[in-house]
Amino acid sequence: MEYLPNILFAAILVLGIGYFARNIKKIIRNIKLGQKIDASDNKSQRWKNLAYIALGQSKMVKRPVSGFLHIIVYVGFIIINIEVLEIIIDGLFGTHRIGQEYLPTALYGFLIGAFEILAVLVLVSVTLFWLRRNVIKIKRFLSSEMKGWPKNDGNIILYFEVVLMCLFLVMNATDTSFQSMASGNIISQFIAPWFEGFSAETLHIIERTAWWLHIVGILIFLNYLYFSKHLHILLAFPNVYLGSVEPKGKFNNLEAVTNEVKLMMDPDADPYAAPAETAEEEAPAKFGASDVMDLSQIQLLNAYTCTECGRCTSACPANLTGKKLSPRKIMMDTRDRLEEVGKNIDANKGEFKDDGKQLLGDYITNEELWACTTCNACVEECPVSINPLSIILEMRRYLVMEQSAAPMELNNMMTNIENNGAPWPYNQMDRLNWKDE
Amino acid sequence: MLSNFLTKQTIEMSEQLKVPTMAEFMAEGKQPEILFWVGSAGSYDDRAKKITKAFVKVLNKANVEFAVLGTEESNTGDVAKRAGNEFLFQMQAVMNIEVLNAYEIERIVTCDPHSFNCIKNEYPSLGGNYDVVHHTQFIQELIETGRLTIEGNTYKGKRITFHDPCYLGRANNVYDAPRNVLKKTNATLTEMKRHKGTALCCGAGGAQMFKEPEKGNMDINVLRTQDALETNPEIIATGCPYCNTMMTDGVKFKEKESEISVMDIAELIADA
Repeated sequence: MEYLPNILFAAILVLGIGYFARNIKKIIRNIKLGQKIDASDNKSQRWKNLAYIALGQSKMVKRPVSGFLHIIVYVGFIIINIEVLEIIIDGLFGTHRIGQEYLPTALYGFLIGAFEILAVLVLVSVTLFWLRRNVIKIKRFLSSEMKGWPKNDGNIILYFEVVLMCLFLVMNATDTSFQSMASGNIISQFIAPWFEGFSAETLHIIERTAWWLHIVGILIFLNYLYFSKHLHILLAFPNVYLGSVEPKGKFNNLEAVTNEVKLMMDPDADPYAAPAETAEEEAPAKFGASDVMDLSQIQLLNAYTCTECGRCTSACPANLTGKKLSPRKIMMDTRDRLEEVGKNIDANKGEFKDDGKQLLGDYITNEELWACTTCNACVEECPVSINPLSIILEMRRYLVMEQSAAPMELNNMMTNIENNGAPWPYNQMDRLNWKDE
Repeated sequence: MLSNFLTKQTIEMSEQLKVPTMAEFMAEGKQPEILFWVGSAGSYDDRAKKITKAFVKVLNKANVEFAVLGTEESNTGDVAKRAGNEFLFQMQAVMNIEVLNAYEIERIVTCDPHSFNCIKNEYPSLGGNYDVVHHTQFIQELIETGRLTIEGNTYKGKRITFHDPCYLGRANNVYDAPRNVLKKTNATLTEMKRHKGTALCCGAGGAQMFKEPEKGNMDINVLRTQDALETNPEIIATGCPYCNTMMTDGVKFKEKESEISVMDIAELIADA
């Protein structure tokens, strides 16, 4: 019976991490439903992006208030998690504050003191975040795609953080041996008096309860990530690394199209030649994207990484002028559809059964796609290198090349280019007339 | 010097504008310093043609040996690509690349950021590798190397605000060249609250120029014009023929066309 808490702790730990790992595997499987894409180029630039944009949060601070608050929560999250290491060791081996025992008092005090200060700063930041979402009502948190679950999700994450930070501080405040050490209790010494008059027994119970709730809370939070918009705390890093390192204006050239164009332009090509044996077995290439499987794996990773902050949407010229398009919604729709496809695969023993739905039409409408000016404002804004524009372009490609479903005026424009090499119906031979006018 | 009859006649007809074609250079067995890619707007659109001519005036003034493709130039395919028609884009690109490579073109300048972006970034993987510069970059280069001097004081003290074209700024990170050139006019440069990386699109990009906007509560060019009006400008400077049209329409919508003119940097320099 002596080892019961240790066994219980180990069981909870394995359960918590195991369930999380299972869901991470699911995410990886879903992302792999997308088209393979090579991102092995420009390694040094990619590492630089990882350092500056992801670790260094360089794009977050472009909006100073939310950027600064975010850095506090981010640093707090990373550093306070060192404390989790101690909790895990203590939990598994039945020790109490192993750091206090083995580290020099000054160092241990310094560490815990730093955690306590950060915990308070996180509490302040999270409160301000909550006010921004619920009281100040910043416009980008009120868009139509932010109703219901996305709104609650944002708040639940904030509540989680408040609870975790409070538990950490209470745990320290009611730990009599830690308080008597009188080093590192920078904040908790002011909380300790709230518990004055409690018996040593009661204090111990409160301390143990806070300790257990803290670690269980962290495990619940870890598992909540998969169901929330909050995966960015993990996925931002690979996402930024894999993000584009090309000029933003450079859109990819479709290779399948290049092959066909080359064949058309090749004077030696024999149009009546029998197709090569290998070509026959290959499915004809689909141009553009109508569903998540047509998108690239990086675009699908983008969708899981999006934390729905809405900076993209608040900079989108179409959205700012009341059009339906919202780059954030493009990312949310992509993830929702990908999750739906994933669940379909789970329910059908590992195989996707056609559900008569797709990303185009059932989630993203033509109206949204045609409202985009391809101005790259959304790409510029995203603090974690997500590219909503690339998805819009792939879907336009599908509409135009597979469905001939461009707006009529655009069809006219394209016919003009085909016929006379200009978007307007002017004669190619008049191209130089301007110099004589 | 080009000395054939056709060129002479052309010069007289167009107020001393010298616009030699690649074919003419080829006939003389010469290679120009740079190819001027005029682009579809610059060739056919009435407003954009003025920008084209202004830039030629600048090139002539600086004695730049340049050439145009003339009737051998075709649409870059940029707008088709952004509308989703990759086929049409690549057909256009391959045709243009064939012409450009046949003339052994190495350097290209254009007044259109969309052509600039497309030829610079999207032609290389299709076999077209050129050093492509935007006309504001080229003008800056001409000034820095002393080939072009701005003596006049036409714009001294005038309030000018520059609207960043998306395909020059965000798309290719060219923010300084147009501003450096504008500074040479001794004008007072003011910045809109949204500028450089956060500049708002004029509303024409992504093939929007050729269609009606989707339902909304306002047109994008009007919102962008409001940005510009907040700086109380006398001139709104642009570096893109499409931005120029959109901003001109925006200024008209706000009934400010008698107070504010929308001008391309090439026009400002040509008149400076």
